Amino acid sequence: MRTFGFSEFLFILEAAKWTVALSMIAFIGGAIGGLIIALSRTSGKPVLQALSGGFIQIFQGTPLLLQLFLVFFGAPVAGFEINPWVAAGVALILNSSAFLGEIWRGCIQAIPAGQWEAAQALNLPYLARMRHVILPQAFKIALAPTVGYMVQIIKGTSLAAIIGFAEVTRSGQIINNATFQPLIVFSAVAAIYFVLCWPLSLLAARMERRQAAALAR
Amino acid sequence: MNYVFQFGDVFAAWPLLVKGTLSTIELSMLAMLIGLMVAIGCAWGKTAGPRPLRWFINAYIELIRNTPFLVQLFFFFFALPALGLRWSAHTAALTAMVVNLGAYATEIIRAGIESIPKGQIEAGLALNLKRRKIFQYVILKPALRTVYPALTSQFILLMLSSSVVSAISADDLTSVAANLQSQTFRSFEIYIVVAVIYLVLALSFSALFRVIYRLALHYPDRR
Repeated sequence: MRTFGFSEFLFILEAAKWTVALSMIAFIGGAIGGLIIALSRTSGKPVLQALSGGFIQIFQGTPLLLQLFLVFFGAPVAGFEINPWVAAGVALILNSSAFLGEIWRGCIQAIPAGQWEAAQALNLPYLARMRHVILPQAFKIALAPTVGYMVQIIKGTSLAAIIGFAEVTRSGQIINNATFQPLIVFSAVAAIYFVLCWPLSLLAARMERRQAAALAR
Repeated sequence: MNYVFQFGDVFAAWPLLVKGTLSTIELSMLAMLIGLMVAIGCAWGKTAGPRPLRWFINAYIELIRNTPFLVQLFFFFFALPALGLRWSAHTAALTAMVVNLGAYATEIIRAGIESIPKGQIEAGLALNLKRRKIFQYVILKPALRTVYPALTSQFILLMLSSSVVSAISADDLTSVAANLQSQTFRSFEIYIVVAVIYLVLALSFSALFRVIYRLALHYPDRR
């Protein structure tokens, strides 16, 4: 029987690059989707607001694991060849679109009404108003919660292990099945996630404190 | 798309789905209750406890908040029994949920406690209330009131993430779904139905929390 040694640890550590890659895909896709959701929610158009509101309700009201299963088992139904990569990527993108959309909606709505009115008074069309007036200010407020949400995304990628995507958690399971040393294996797995997530958590907390200090002035 | 949806097998298994739903509700509610107790204790320790205790609670919070729930679950289910602790998947799942919720809820409640003005506590002292009474009525209750929305959405997140315990085959709704799909192969239909059940559960829990707020935390208006 194998024992847990350096090469086993390396096997798990190697898989961290898939965790990071999947997190990046989920974040970039989720950022694009989230921006669309946030803009629809704040558009004032009833149809867009209802659609994006429903999207958020569905993705925040059901477990991420079920969303993964639905994409994984649903894609063949719709006639697509699917592998765990695509299923995990699509499910995580949809999920983080909903959460980032809701976070950013709050940030956009936090911009004082006077700013909107001033932009309107200057006869700026919608795109210019958003691009030059609202979004740059909302961006500043959004930064801290967005970094905080990245931690959630990294942790969320662990669920891809359940559909067989070989990231850190899955590699941990594989090594555990070979070595039967769950204590050290899952401690190593947890440590890898901690090293990925903790700096982001600290950064988010620091940005939040700075913002609070800036607002208090 | 030429797929024929067949919900027949799914609906035929309704007693199992009801049973799974009930065990998810039971597991979540137990975890919420015990997790809330843990969190109140830790929040007290973090705001008023001695330094080593504070350090310990901080380490607990950071460790839990920066690792995935699935890994925590594996740790409780696979790693602790290797140390000689024998327990069922159900107990391991409940423990993992309590430990996970405890860390998040501690931070939420601590924020509430820190928002209580000092004058309010001094007013409690001036009224000669006992320390325990001050904590209970002057600090904790208004603090819970302040952070109630954050706390309840954390509760609902916990209920949703309880689906992950199916990975160690604890009894819950998602495990029922996984068993059903291996018997009937109607995976997509089953997971659609189960996702709808979770959505209904999430909405019901938030309705329940609104009722609890009105019953237990609502203050009569001054006017």
